[in-house]
Amino acid sequence: MLITCPYCGPRDVIEFTYQGDGNRQRPQPSSQDLDAWNAYVYDRLNPAGDHNEIWQHSGGCRAHLRVVRNTLTHEISSSGFARGDHKAARHRLETKS
Amino acid sequence: MAEYSALSLLKNAFTGNKDWKPAWRKPDPKASYDVIVIGGGGHGLSTAYYLAKEHGITNVAVLEKGWLGSGNVGRNTTAVRSNYLLPSNTRFYEHSMKMWENLSHDLNYNVMFSQRGCLNLAHTPAQFDDYARRGNAMRHLGVDAELMTVAEIKRLVPALDVSGSARFPILGGLMQPRAGSARHDAVAWGYARGADRRGVDIIENCEVTGFLRNGDRITGVSTTRGEIRAKKVALAVAGSTGRVMQLAGIDKMPIESHVLQAFVTESLKPIIDTILTFGMGHFYISQSDKGGLVYGGDLDGYNSYAQRGSLPIVDEVMSEMLALFPGLARVRMLRSWGGVCDMTMDGSPIITTGPLPGMYLNCGWCYGGFKATPASGWCFAWTIAKDEPHDFNAPFTLDRFYRGLVIDDKGQGATPRLH
Repeated sequence: MLITCPYCGPRDVIEFTYQGDGNRQRPQPSSQDLDAWNAYVYDRLNPAGDHNEIWQHSGGCRAHLRVVRNTLTHEISSSGFARGDHKAARHRLETKS
Repeated sequence: MAEYSALSLLKNAFTGNKDWKPAWRKPDPKASYDVIVIGGGGHGLSTAYYLAKEHGITNVAVLEKGWLGSGNVGRNTTAVRSNYLLPSNTRFYEHSMKMWENLSHDLNYNVMFSQRGCLNLAHTPAQFDDYARRGNAMRHLGVDAELMTVAEIKRLVPALDVSGSARFPILGGLMQPRAGSARHDAVAWGYARGADRRGVDIIENCEVTGFLRNGDRITGVSTTRGEIRAKKVALAVAGSTGRVMQLAGIDKMPIESHVLQAFVTESLKPIIDTILTFGMGHFYISQSDKGGLVYGGDLDGYNSYAQRGSLPIVDEVMSEMLALFPGLARVRMLRSWGGVCDMTMDGSPIITTGPLPGMYLNCGWCYGGFKATPASGWCFAWTIAKDEPHDFNAPFTLDRFYRGLVIDDKGQGATPRLH
């Protein structure tokens, strides 16, 4: 599996660390909403199909990436920096499904 | 029930082995059942078997989307052990171990359970201390555990590199002598036959495509072979838990589906007559009765529903094998395959009523489901029949994550790929 890093280009999956479901929303640190914290820590979207997820290029430039990958075929339909394009990636996923 | 005996073997030998009954029927689904079990793997079949045997509930259908035993029950590396640290895990898996010890008799089907022991190797003093602690915890609950010295390990597995110049020298190990392996296909077939003979309908090539509801309550399923109603609908679908729960309208679960690979080599003369685990990585190996070395390692490490793995893990697992057994460098690998594991947030399973009315859930087996097959079915059948958990599965709830009652044997936290 190759993941395209915006800095480094297409690189082998062994250079990356998987950080899981990219749809999770971390509550504000001061939040006392237990349900929101529980959801953030324990609940996962686990789709068979396109999955919006976070990877880190830990064996390269160390950037955090947002990747949309199909969990049935392992095909990657988009990848980019996690910091800027949350909304764009989510939008792409929503319009796809 | 003793359909297989020395006498029946002899009788059928004289008649050209033409009169054996099929091990299970191929019935068409009825319009309704008392209980529908979704998933014709080890856990689903054993659930149906114990529903019929222990609770007298025989109006049961097991729905399997493919053919019987095509999922994880035929894809695992067949290890059976109960060497856990935490009491709720130890009690449950030890109950399973005791059921394994009588399973062939109970089913009148030889599951080839072979108690050859399971040895965890320690490579650092801290790890050896940790094993001593786990061994003590096991013995405290009546489970067998022995610490082994390097000399004893060398005698048990002469092929192992126990020299000080090994990449990770071995300092000792923790042995559970009653652990072992079983023939996984026979487990599926034995349970299927036992359930079928008690009146359970096993319906293959029947995929669930949705749930029938009356308000919140689940009242049946729609399938590729039509609608089937039931008073109770039980899920035992392992890696497909996320997909099936989505059909019921539940999008988020404390579960990720990951792919785990397994490997087998060409047949060798007997070389490893125990189950061995490597302590400096994640690697386990045993030898099948046919002679092939059966082994595996870590998950591929990212969500996957593909029943196949990727090459980096193949590379890693082979290097781990050679770190332990340099002499196996020229042995050829025959086959590799993948199975989809339902990894929970604490590495422990879920056997519970709900989460919807009329629904019962058995999932979250991570990659330890095979050894649990008898107890999982036994506890799940109890939970379905009585609408409450048995003491053995009472800790394995779905809401434990939100109530601070996680059962995290490895102490890893909510990162499923690391359990």
